[in-house]
Amino acid sequence: MCEACGCSAHPVGAKDRVTVEVLGRLLDANDRTAAHNRAHFDDHRVVAFNLMSSPGAGKTALLEATIDALKDEFRIAVIEGDLETDNDARRIRARGVPAIQITTGSACHLDAGMVHEALHDLPLAGLDIVFIENVGNLVCPASFDLGQHRNVVLLSATEGDDKPAKYPVIFRAADLVLLSKIELADLLGDFDAGRAERAVRALASAAPVIPLSARKAVNFDLWQAWLRGEVAAIRAAQSTAHRAHEAHHDHHHRTAMA
Amino acid sequence: MHELSICRALVARLEAIAREHAARVSEVHVSIGPLSGVEARLLRDAFPLACAGTAAEGAALKIETAPVRVRCRVCGAETVATPNRLLCAACGEWRTDLLSGDEMLLRRAILAIDDDPPMRENVREPSHV
Repeated sequence: MCEACGCSAHPVGAKDRVTVEVLGRLLDANDRTAAHNRAHFDDHRVVAFNLMSSPGAGKTALLEATIDALKDEFRIAVIEGDLETDNDARRIRARGVPAIQITTGSACHLDAGMVHEALHDLPLAGLDIVFIENVGNLVCPASFDLGQHRNVVLLSATEGDDKPAKYPVIFRAADLVLLSKIELADLLGDFDAGRAERAVRALASAAPVIPLSARKAVNFDLWQAWLRGEVAAIRAAQSTAHRAHEAHHDHHHRTAMA
Repeated sequence: MHELSICRALVARLEAIAREHAARVSEVHVSIGPLSGVEARLLRDAFPLACAGTAAEGAALKIETAPVRVRCRVCGAETVATPNRLLCAACGEWRTDLLSGDEMLLRRAILAIDDDPPMRENVREPSHV
């Protein structure tokens, strides 16, 4: 149809208009890379956790304490995302585990492609857990799947207990919410862990909410227990998938030989 | 401001579609829910920047948004909710499933195909033949 006058047979300068129905996710290229990353993790029976929070909520301090507590039990590596500096990666390496620093420049989030590049520098075959410390930001990281198995969102006591209501997208994505720096709550006097948990429930999320202090070891056992439980559950799923895959191969080979 | 990243992904997709049809993109329809994490206003600002110099340059961006709706796991009611209060409006239960409101979709692209591209099959015959 002619755009100029709406007639159906305008002879000169007419343009054909073609409508292409797509109905695909805007980030389907990122989603495909994320699925590829997840397959990498699963092939090596590695469990990946994506840590998200505002800047300064204590992600690196949590990782330092976690590595100290669990490095004899699990082989751990960390992928660090920051706009600039490799300070966090150096802090992690000082704990004796491998850390890959991704500096995103001006990018406010990690995406699956950045993590994929980092994976090539990680010895996945010798690892049990990869922690991905996302760029400190409660908005942008929520939209990008990285290939992780679980999301952990930290909310520090100094930020206020209404953060889940203000940033529903990221808190809705959380499999676990840690109320970090909880030792400061008494000092501040206005952070209510119960109110923070109710704000998480209002997002229809059943994610456990754990008040935690990495430095003062408050509820650190609950965090470790959650980690162990998730690692066991994900590894069981990876083994089942692996056995199904092997069985399929076996069947395929025998059919081919017959 | 991740909307620019999202626009770049969108434009890469549009360029592939345009190449396939040897055409330019004149109009793009997307669905952005309030729980998608994408701000429609920022997407609208970023879109022309991401399109510059591509087959989607000058394309109109039409953004539709679906309401936030939930289904209650306890009473089964389907009700309208708000992004940070996804409770059942019928019984107040917090255990609900999201029915709509988190979409971030490319629905369709409308392409403008010039009348006389070199390699089209249905080229009009010259009138004097």
